[in-house]
Amino acid sequence: MSTTTKEISIGDVAARGAEGASQIESERMALNVGPSHPTTHGVLRLIMELNGDLIEKCEPVLGYLHRGDEKIAENMTYNQFVPYTDRLDYLAPLANNVAYALSVEKLAGVEVPERCEAIRVLVCELARISSHLLGMGVFGMDAGAWTPFMYTFTEREKLYTLFEELTGARFTTSYTRIGGVARDVPEGWLERVSKFCDELPKATSEVEKLLTRNRIFIDRTEGIGQISKEDALAYGMTGPNLRASGIDLDLRKDKPYSGYEKYDFDVPIGTRGDCYDRYLVRIEEVNQSLRIIKQVIADFPGGSWYAEDAKKIFAPPKEKILSSMEELIQNFMIVTEGPQIPSGEIYFEAENPKGALGFYVVSKGGGVPYRMKIRAPSFCNLSILEKLAPGHMLSDITVILGSLDFVMGECDR
Amino acid sequence: MIDEDFTRGLLEQHTFLTKVSHEDCLCLLCPPEHWVEIAKFLRNEETFELLADLTAIDQGEESEFRFTVVAHYYSRIHHDYLRIKCDCTDSLSPKIPSLSSIFPAADWHERETFDMFGIEFTDHPNLKRILMWDEYPYFPLRKEFPLAGIDTPLPADDVVEVTQASVEPAPMMGGPFVTSGSGPMSNSEPRAKDESWTEEVEKSK
Repeated sequence: MSTTTKEISIGDVAARGAEGASQIESERMALNVGPSHPTTHGVLRLIMELNGDLIEKCEPVLGYLHRGDEKIAENMTYNQFVPYTDRLDYLAPLANNVAYALSVEKLAGVEVPERCEAIRVLVCELARISSHLLGMGVFGMDAGAWTPFMYTFTEREKLYTLFEELTGARFTTSYTRIGGVARDVPEGWLERVSKFCDELPKATSEVEKLLTRNRIFIDRTEGIGQISKEDALAYGMTGPNLRASGIDLDLRKDKPYSGYEKYDFDVPIGTRGDCYDRYLVRIEEVNQSLRIIKQVIADFPGGSWYAEDAKKIFAPPKEKILSSMEELIQNFMIVTEGPQIPSGEIYFEAENPKGALGFYVVSKGGGVPYRMKIRAPSFCNLSILEKLAPGHMLSDITVILGSLDFVMGECDR
Repeated sequence: MIDEDFTRGLLEQHTFLTKVSHEDCLCLLCPPEHWVEIAKFLRNEETFELLADLTAIDQGEESEFRFTVVAHYYSRIHHDYLRIKCDCTDSLSPKIPSLSSIFPAADWHERETFDMFGIEFTDHPNLKRILMWDEYPYFPLRKEFPLAGIDTPLPADDVVEVTQASVEPAPMMGGPFVTSGSGPMSNSEPRAKDESWTEEVEKSK
């Protein structure tokens, strides 16, 4: 039996909203969304003023997940703070670990060997894939498409298994130390990563089939939450959200760190800066991350995986501590007094999945920072909401929040 | 990268700026009265159109200028950051002009800095707390504020009046876990009140 397909035009969503508003006598009301609401991906609260279904004012209220990380950082040694970085952007803890270690190392003037850099690039890109998979999955779900979420979560599960083999933990990885990483890659792990990378495109293509040309998805996202280049910059947006607005700012290219200059990859940018573009940028970034991972594995350097000459900063491996006096003392000093970082200040940003995660570390010498400011990309990306939401329909707020892909753990710190 | 020529040009054009250092990025000190002017210049005449970060440092009560506000600008042309610092002249009620009219990004950063340090940003459109609740009486990132926090009344009297809901703070003492709240961190961690099951107690028997 032959079937025919007929495409039915349902018109522009935003236009229909405006028409409806003019026809029906609408009522003004205040609406509170959150702090606990599936749309808000955590504990974001929005106080909105509505005119019928149109949002006239939107005020985000933050702080429900505020734990005082910056205060805590001032009261502990540099290595003790690593687990706290897991809990910033908890969808990509490895990338936070690396960003934190890199900023303190930059202050200390420590250079890590090539192998360590390669491991860090590898875990950063795996973290990016993990974060974007979730970002795309829940974005689809926010727009009413349940299925892609299942595909992306299946892949994330495999990633978590890989993280567990490498770090011993699935979520809270705490993998880096100042001057190195917690342990070398286990035997056969790189092959398993390669295998994962070979299998992933199959899953992402399924997601693409379900979303990219999906009429409903396009109708809900195209032209919605449009952010101009100027606005994106003025509000300090970074990461995929900024690039979707057409600005090619990627710190991995512009200010390469941890050996990113060695790898060949493209930076996808959007043209209109709407919700649909933000989705497209993310899905392409996953493909680019795969490219980077393949290059890292193909040319994986040997040698040491921690800075051996940084005696006052990196504690040597356990077997050396237990067999040699010098290493025992070294370990004791680092554990009791913390890595000795010279006085000075540093600002370092790393290109994390959500945007530029910055650490401003002020040291007055010793093992504890004097001041540590965490510049959270989600915090900056969300600040545009007050300007972006008005003029949209209430149902669009779900899609806008989903497309901004923020994490409250990082936003509230 | 920002080079010597750029630094010299900037310092010649703006004689009020002083160079502090050039280690990770160029760091300049600016007096509060020129704080907005230099931001406007960097955005409009130069290429520093991204305000990456804005925060403050508490230098301690004994310092001449207790609070230093620090802003990081990023240029997509230079591929580099520029750090501008400003000492607040009044340590008791620190004030500095707001940048939010030039960089909308400064809005939330300044609210956070106000929340954490109590620095007032004049001409800010909506200067209220952002992470702590509105009635919170302290500034937590000031150096004299203790890590364990200070007990504060919950902002709930009016809520209780309307909702009749009972609002009580979680117990710091007397609950299943107690904390001494003082001494080194290892001692002030919350511990189970009844520790008879732990190894430690058994050993001491």
